Amino acid sequence: MENSGVDKSRRRFLVAATSVVGAAGAGAAVIPYLSSWNPSERAKSAGAPVEVNLSKVEEGQLVRVIWRKKPVWVVNRSQEMIDNLPKNNSLLVDPESVVEQQPAYAQNATRAIQEKYLVLIGICTHLGCSPTFRPEMGPADLGADWRGGWYCPCHGSKFDLAGRVYKNVPAPTNLEVPVYSFKDENTLLVGIDENGEAA
Amino acid sequence: MNGLLNWIDARFPATKVWNEHFAQYYAPKNFNFWYFFGSLAIVVLVIQIVSGIFLTMHYKPDEMLAFQSVEYIMRDVPGGWFIRYMHSTGASAFFIVIYLHMFRALIYGSYKGPRELVWLIGMAIYLALMAEAFMGYMLPWGQMSFWGAQVIINLFNTVPLIGPELSTWIRGDYVIADATLNRLFALHVAALPLVLVGLIFVHIVALHAVGSNNPDGVDIKKHKDDKGVPLDGIPFHPYYTVKDIVGVSVFLIFFFAVVFFAPEMGGYFLEHANFEPANPLKTPEHIAPVWYFTPFYTVLRAVTLSPFAGTAAMFLAIIMLFLLPWIDKNPIRSWRYRNKAHTINILLFVVAFVILGYLGVKPVTPELKELGTQMTLVYFLFFLVLWIHSKPATAKYIMWFVGLTVAIVAMTFYRYNPEATDDAAQILWQWSLTVGYLALTLLLPGLISAFNTEKDVPERVTG
Amino acid sequence: MKKQLLIALSTALLSSSLLAAGGGIELEKAPIDVHDKSSLQNGLRYYTNYCAGCHSLSSSRYNRVAKDAGMAVVPIDDSDEAATLADANAKLMYENIVFTTDKEGKPVNLGSLMHSSINKDDAANWFGAPPPDLSLVGRSRGSDWIYTYLKSFYLDPKRPVGVNNTAFPNVGMPHVLWELQGWQTLEEHDDGHGHVEQTLHLSQPGTMSPAEYDVVVRDLTNFLTYVSEPAQLHRKTYGIFTMIFLAFFTVLAYMLKKEYWKDIH
Repeated sequence: MENSGVDKSRRRFLVAATSVVGAAGAGAAVIPYLSSWNPSERAKSAGAPVEVNLSKVEEGQLVRVIWRKKPVWVVNRSQEMIDNLPKNNSLLVDPESVVEQQPAYAQNATRAIQEKYLVLIGICTHLGCSPTFRPEMGPADLGADWRGGWYCPCHGSKFDLAGRVYKNVPAPTNLEVPVYSFKDENTLLVGIDENGEAA
Repeated sequence: MNGLLNWIDARFPATKVWNEHFAQYYAPKNFNFWYFFGSLAIVVLVIQIVSGIFLTMHYKPDEMLAFQSVEYIMRDVPGGWFIRYMHSTGASAFFIVIYLHMFRALIYGSYKGPRELVWLIGMAIYLALMAEAFMGYMLPWGQMSFWGAQVIINLFNTVPLIGPELSTWIRGDYVIADATLNRLFALHVAALPLVLVGLIFVHIVALHAVGSNNPDGVDIKKHKDDKGVPLDGIPFHPYYTVKDIVGVSVFLIFFFAVVFFAPEMGGYFLEHANFEPANPLKTPEHIAPVWYFTPFYTVLRAVTLSPFAGTAAMFLAIIMLFLLPWIDKNPIRSWRYRNKAHTINILLFVVAFVILGYLGVKPVTPELKELGTQMTLVYFLFFLVLWIHSKPATAKYIMWFVGLTVAIVAMTFYRYNPEATDDAAQILWQWSLTVGYLALTLLLPGLISAFNTEKDVPERVTG
Repeated sequence: MKKQLLIALSTALLSSSLLAAGGGIELEKAPIDVHDKSSLQNGLRYYTNYCAGCHSLSSSRYNRVAKDAGMAVVPIDDSDEAATLADANAKLMYENIVFTTDKEGKPVNLGSLMHSSINKDDAANWFGAPPPDLSLVGRSRGSDWIYTYLKSFYLDPKRPVGVNNTAFPNVGMPHVLWELQGWQTLEEHDDGHGHVEQTLHLSQPGTMSPAEYDVVVRDLTNFLTYVSEPAQLHRKTYGIFTMIFLAFFTVLAYMLKKEYWKDIH
């Protein structure tokens, strides 16, 4: 073995070239492995729209439906509940719903297409628990100025009856309003808007 | 960078390990083609472990769901078909590489002292690999999975006294069932991979302790320079690392050619009948194990004295390989310097092994059945002849030839039954194949000295 | 001798037709091409109209199959895929392909698996065995078998449903495509040496000519071959790129090896 007369730069070049090309090949081979963690066709096909029969939702009542394996709340708000919403504004982080947590057609004072019906994805924007529905006025544990809403048992986040988040709680944004539309007077379609565009 | 390395070296022997196994592990400089397969086996192991882990993420070990979950991987999981084909092709590739690796050991006498333990551990790896492959083959829960498991587990039925209880215990049910699938899954994805990785680690530690053999079978440690470096040795890194990269790259061309262009490999890597879900009511028309088991399967079928004898013969065929270091006592390692009869013996053994494998995928006809019997005889006689060849100078070749031929003729007489016409016709002529084998390996060196001369083993490696 | 060994090994591995399925008759070669999209569409349409009532493709989804056949333009790779009757493509699908309904009688969503609507127990009573799932028939039996099978029905009054099949003797399935093909009868010719040759003759023509019927059978075979392994549409393309890459890498690695091995004498 002798190292005299070795073309060091050629050797360095070949080592670098082989390493780079080899790493590129290994990188390409890794792609299908990483992509196998993406939602499969089965998971995607579970995302079909869900119908809700509104005639069975009484005033003041909340019903839960499952859409894409997530809880979706549909609340039939009473006139009193709707009238109370503006009174919360000073207590809220984003009373005007500036942050895009809702489709454009739900970016209004009641965060709904029809004032009466509130549709929300029932997952806290903090760490994903599903908050508890607390529609009563001024309960002992939530204080006298509570005008109905949701309280998250995990970390104490609070939302009003339009799903808007209170100040000084861990959750950063309002609850998300899913894409939805009304098929007819009594039928709500979660997961699809009026133009047939899906979420 | 150096600071970090020093910090680590003070706490973990990183540089020491690197030097002992790579930068200052001196391997003979004359490794040839046959020395690629050790590193290739490691590459296949990595492929199998990585693809296997990802398959486990989507597969369901449940008799109602298993088959469908494999098709779910093939269709619905992004990239799933690629991962699955890598794993299924990897299983066969593992055996191709391992068989060639074992053949290398056979021709260059790598099993001989001081490497007996390397060989024994290697054989244990081979055995564990067969178990691993069998269990993996069951997981898709297709027709071949089911009936293959049925046949293999029923082998344990033939064990005297405790047979039926033993096979029921292995199945966890009175038939192949969900419990069986579940436990084989656990063994396949957790227990045996751990055993395999452990054995491979020990295999390499043992090898690096005694040093690698080479195509000349000479001991490179006999001639060292003043620094204690073998004159015929070169550092594994960089010389064999760069060489093995070429080997790996060429291997991957073949491997991915199968993955992308012929994943079923004509029904040998993925059998057609296994695309039908397991049906306990209907056995497929032709049931054959996967190709890498077929030589031993033919041995099982060939020995018909009793079911247990068949099973025992099959296991004995594997056990004989374990005993190689003690059967072949010839001090010359490489076939390059052994007599020609030894070379013929090894090549005919390979031929017999390939024929046994071929017979295992074929339906039984009288002709092929008798061929299986004769090739089984050749398989076992190989070890006897190897032992006789241990001392070529003094061996009584002619005596052995006459003795064994008489034994074979006597056996043929015993087996001959003129009423079973088809079988009898085959028995009548096929015994000559085995005697022909003996003639080439014993009579030839006994009569012609050119076939019985050994060459001088050189002091240093050649070329 | 090394070479001989390698040749022996490779021929042992490459020789195919290990497990030829079927009733022992010579199979006709199916002239199919899984990349022929109009053939796949035609096959899909015939499949859903004639076969899907009894035979599930329980590993396949409507939208994937339609996309691979080049028919639906619904963006399947996007999780926001529209699975609605309002969508024009979906309408096309519901009119031509998707006839199965869920428990409430509504058409299933386009991402659903292609299950048949038949009741398995009823079917087992009618045909002697439940109609098998055909997701993988292209791999378990092979394209040539499907092609031959669909052309080999003949009238046989001895059978419960009045038909038999030379590729699948005593088959339980009726000849579903009889309106298209018409009826065949089996004729046996004794060649005088005890060897009986069987041929099929069209005794009562259907609405299609034999050539037109062959096209239908080819398209159905093509579709079932595709459906048994959807990945085959793209597999080889990836393979070619991989081969080119590895060839390039091998050259580089070989140059690197040569460079280092200059040291060794």
